[in-house]
Amino acid sequence: MHKFRQSLAHLYMAAFLIYLLIPLLVMAGAAFNDSKLPSIVPWRGTTGRWFVELAADERMWVAFRNTLVVAFAVAVLAVIVGTAAAILINSISGRLRSVIYGLMISTILIPGAVIGISTLLMWNKLGVPPGLHLSVLGQVSYIAAMVMLLVLARLQSFDVALEEAALDLGASHGQVMRRILLPHLYPAIGAGAAVAFFQSIENFNVTQFTRGGADTLTVYVFSKVRAGITPTINALAVIMIGITIVMAIAYELRRRRIERMMARTVDE
Amino acid sequence: MQDLIRRYGMGLTGLMCLIVAFWLLMLVIIPNITLFESSFRPYLPVTEIGGPRDTYSVNNYLKVFNGNIETSILGIPITVPVHVMTFTLTIWYSVVVTVLCFAFAYPVAYYMAKIANPRSLPTLMLLLFVPLWVSEVLRAFAWWIILAFKGPLNSLLLFIGAIDKPVRWITDYDAVMIGLVYTYILFMLFPLYNAISSLDTNQIEAAEDLGAPWWKIHWRIVLPHSKPGVASGAVMVFMLSAGSLLVPSILGSTTSQWFTQTIQQWMNDALDWNTASAYAFLLLFLCTVFVSVVMWIFRVKLSDIAK
Repeated sequence: MHKFRQSLAHLYMAAFLIYLLIPLLVMAGAAFNDSKLPSIVPWRGTTGRWFVELAADERMWVAFRNTLVVAFAVAVLAVIVGTAAAILINSISGRLRSVIYGLMISTILIPGAVIGISTLLMWNKLGVPPGLHLSVLGQVSYIAAMVMLLVLARLQSFDVALEEAALDLGASHGQVMRRILLPHLYPAIGAGAAVAFFQSIENFNVTQFTRGGADTLTVYVFSKVRAGITPTINALAVIMIGITIVMAIAYELRRRRIERMMARTVDE
Repeated sequence: MQDLIRRYGMGLTGLMCLIVAFWLLMLVIIPNITLFESSFRPYLPVTEIGGPRDTYSVNNYLKVFNGNIETSILGIPITVPVHVMTFTLTIWYSVVVTVLCFAFAYPVAYYMAKIANPRSLPTLMLLLFVPLWVSEVLRAFAWWIILAFKGPLNSLLLFIGAIDKPVRWITDYDAVMIGLVYTYILFMLFPLYNAISSLDTNQIEAAEDLGAPWWKIHWRIVLPHSKPGVASGAVMVFMLSAGSLLVPSILGSTTSQWFTQTIQQWMNDALDWNTASAYAFLLLFLCTVFVSVVMWIFRVKLSDIAK
């Protein structure tokens, strides 16, 4: 009976993976189908023309550039804000800490539509017109909290005595921060920047309400799906999934290399 | 704080305080106060803003009760206002999505934490992460293709003879639910996995040795232990579902309406930002209530959810 349950578990896991991956395969497959509507049935022959059409789409390129600019700005701002917040939170305690910490965390849970509308309203009152700059601010408001959590976790393993030593030896405040604290935080800051970058690319709700007339890739894909759908979207999907998989494989290879290196050091 | 100044000096500490203050005040607190304040003002032409008609009232909130439609609950016909209905259905279906995500993800989380070979776990994780990294709009679009009337799912079912004629999948809230579960199930899976993997396997083995049936082991040992994971997964999935705009817009049918879509119509179609604020505030309020209730039921703190 135990054996039977074991194989049932393996089967369920396999089914779950298939469930997660099949839709992506179907979507990717439709990019190569020579049919005006994106689908894999009926198959009308393999073609690469949707990729050619995608490359010729001006609006897509503008959206693509906007997405990168926004994601880059969000990553930079969220890293600065998130790191400062983590250092600050780490050095206060008691009631004040739990109130501020709770406030920071709750930004992750606020629905994107609410963030988008509230950001638009406030800056509009201050005379700032809608546009991608507001999308950046709106996105930073919750992505900074994610960076903060990553950096805060890393801060737990920081040895404050190092800073004391540096101060005793006559280092300036700026040097303590730049040469001792920040290098310790770099792994978390790097991970935070990556998370912020991808969260920003994914974002739709905040962007939709704050973007003014500008497009990002998500908005572009959304408007294409709503009106005038063509398999060029599938071509774009293939490229995006491709990039994801390449990065995933690179990550896995790096992990295996580190694992081997660790194993070797242990042997010696 | 004293400690911070001693280590980094007045300048750097002040700068960090300023940055954090900018975040919390300018990006979080004041926008939300503005939202709340605007929601009580009427929608007026630009010239009349600040004029005698620009007074506070709850009229925007009362718009929720405009326009009745007929519906029935358990066969009893009743009349409810359209937006109340949308609001209720959004909550209801979000709860259903949350429960479905839990039901599907729990066995996977348990498998990954306790059954899978630890050596194959990183590869497994990687396979799970790929769909998570693909953007939400594309994941919803993928299901739009699959569920299309002349799409692959119907073709497959017809081919194997499970159905005689094509089924219309994108009807009512069906496709929205399928899309939401697919999009957000991983947000349930990872917290659950984290919680279950911190359980000592010896406890499960001890229960097995003492003759507990498998369902009792889950009910009395694994589930109670994974409570924080269930809570944070449930909060994440519910919030994302109720706040989702993409999935209901792409996979919605003519008879499905999500509350975020109503907000968007006030905002972008009617250009009535004040009523949109009122509705957005309702959504925020609901979400706050939901999170508080879940935290109270599971007796967890906000900091546990954030993990």
